[in-house]
Amino acid sequence: MAIIFERPRSLTDKPFHYCPGCTHGLIHRLIAEVIDELGIQSQTIGVEPVGCAVSAHDYFDIDMQEAAHGRAPAVATGIKRVLPDKIVFTYQGDGDLASIGMTEIVHAATRGEKITTIFINNAIFGMTGGQMAPTSLIGQITTTSPNGRDPNTAGYPIRVSELLATLKGAAYVSRVSVHDVKNVSRAKKSIKNAFMTQIEGKGFSIVEVLSTCPINWGMTPVEALGWLENNMIPYYPLGEFKVDGKEVSTK
Amino acid sequence: MGQKVLIKGTEAIGEAAIMAGCRHFFGYPITPQNEVAEYISKRMPEVGGCFLQAESELAAINMVYGAAGAGARAMTSSSSPGISLMQEGISYIAAAELPCLIVNVMRGGPGLGGIQPSQSDYFQATKGGGHGDYHLVVLAPSSVQEMIDLIMEGFDIADQYKNPVMILADGMLGQMMEPVELVPKKRIPRQLPPKDWATTGCDGSRQRNVVNSLFMIPEQLEQRNLVLMEKYKRIEENEIQFEAIGIEDADAVIVAYGTMARIARTIAQKAKGLGFNIGIFRPITLWPFPYDAISKIAETPDIKALFSIEMSAGQMVEDVKLAVAGKKPVHFYGRTGGMIPSPDEVLNYISKILEVR
Repeated sequence: MAIIFERPRSLTDKPFHYCPGCTHGLIHRLIAEVIDELGIQSQTIGVEPVGCAVSAHDYFDIDMQEAAHGRAPAVATGIKRVLPDKIVFTYQGDGDLASIGMTEIVHAATRGEKITTIFINNAIFGMTGGQMAPTSLIGQITTTSPNGRDPNTAGYPIRVSELLATLKGAAYVSRVSVHDVKNVSRAKKSIKNAFMTQIEGKGFSIVEVLSTCPINWGMTPVEALGWLENNMIPYYPLGEFKVDGKEVSTK
Repeated sequence: MGQKVLIKGTEAIGEAAIMAGCRHFFGYPITPQNEVAEYISKRMPEVGGCFLQAESELAAINMVYGAAGAGARAMTSSSSPGISLMQEGISYIAAAELPCLIVNVMRGGPGLGGIQPSQSDYFQATKGGGHGDYHLVVLAPSSVQEMIDLIMEGFDIADQYKNPVMILADGMLGQMMEPVELVPKKRIPRQLPPKDWATTGCDGSRQRNVVNSLFMIPEQLEQRNLVLMEKYKRIEENEIQFEAIGIEDADAVIVAYGTMARIARTIAQKAKGLGFNIGIFRPITLWPFPYDAISKIAETPDIKALFSIEMSAGQMVEDVKLAVAGKKPVHFYGRTGGMIPSPDEVLNYISKILEVR
């Protein structure tokens, strides 16, 4: 019998620890498939965040470094400056990247650091139990915004892709979602574009992936996918913002 | 003998790092050590190295983490408030067992403090600074030449033990110019282990490498700590360095490091004129601290007292007291805030205690 579907080589056989319905595992798989297809497994070094993906080195079958909270772009910078011919990527959540690590990501982008960032935006702090994130939506109920995020006291959700797209050093910036099959396949294409941007030495690349957190959102996995589509996408429009260093006009 | 050149302490730090084979420097501006980065920004490209001005000290130390984890000789340099910001990264570097060099050109604190020389980061450097059970190897030069030598040796120590090494200098040493030999000093030959743990990309010819400090299972984390503690014990057994001058016929001994150890020499000379002998004990490694050597000095019958002389409110004196363990009186004299004790004021203090007329 012919094998028509199997685990990507760049993933280990360790079962994911992620919660039922969480899309981290799916996104891990997309990255691993891209690494396999580009044939760069032996050339790739990953940097994992503090957050739910803190043990991503259990799953990616590549050399990896665990960074302190928010510092993955700085750690990746250090690696890339030592190994300029290797492929270096960071995998970061919204607390890690958009809250405590905002300085590091902005400066890695503006330096045009030739690294790739996969930014998981699920609008909440997952690992610590569902606190408000910088990307939590207005009115979103979390354990630290029990009455819903109030912009008068908690400000407004940050649109990271739009912000980074203004920086000249950011060569590839896109936002994708994984709430249905069509978007999963677009997400993979975008991740591949980001890695290609790095391989071709064009500058910094980032893919923001809208992701679900059913447990902390208090929903079933299917409800969560629907909530993402109906609430997150209107605020966080999908599409490519920068390609090859040039701004793309979004629909 | 190499040719002598006149060089400023901070620039000597940069040149010594390059001589030691360091090709990756990450730093953020802070007085009084800006010449380190300025010098290296000019020199690194000449030797094919990387100088990167980071967006903050937080970023700088984490770039060092990444670069060291990728197998490079990496370093950063800063001054007290900047070193405080780096403590998180330093704890992670120690936990992940990455070799690197960190220079602290100390200035007066606490808080923003001032920009004049100080030794008030002794506790931070030798007792942890960041969270968790860990140690840096802390080297304290007292001349520009020694700064050069210790930077070169520091990189070797870091590589041998897979441990961060700190050069604890002060604004005085950083800003003074001295004639030095800019040639690699004869270094103790060390067996430097291959960096087969570095994340350089895994082609399947070895196990893949993970640089990590996370151990969620208590039994595993304790094992990890035991491995570190065993390493620290080896460092304590093998790496203690100090200089002892005139201890044999001393009536009292000054314990001082860095700039204060230089001032101690003048104090000892002046004491002779008053008819008594002061010995000088200068720890070169502040961690591991030379407890045993000081303990032996305290057992010398003719020595009446020990004096810890510092540009701080009294930090190293705690280690001196631990070493002396009540066998002799231990006194402290220090100034803070960037004030440097003059030989006369220290001598005056010592004379009163020893009741020298």
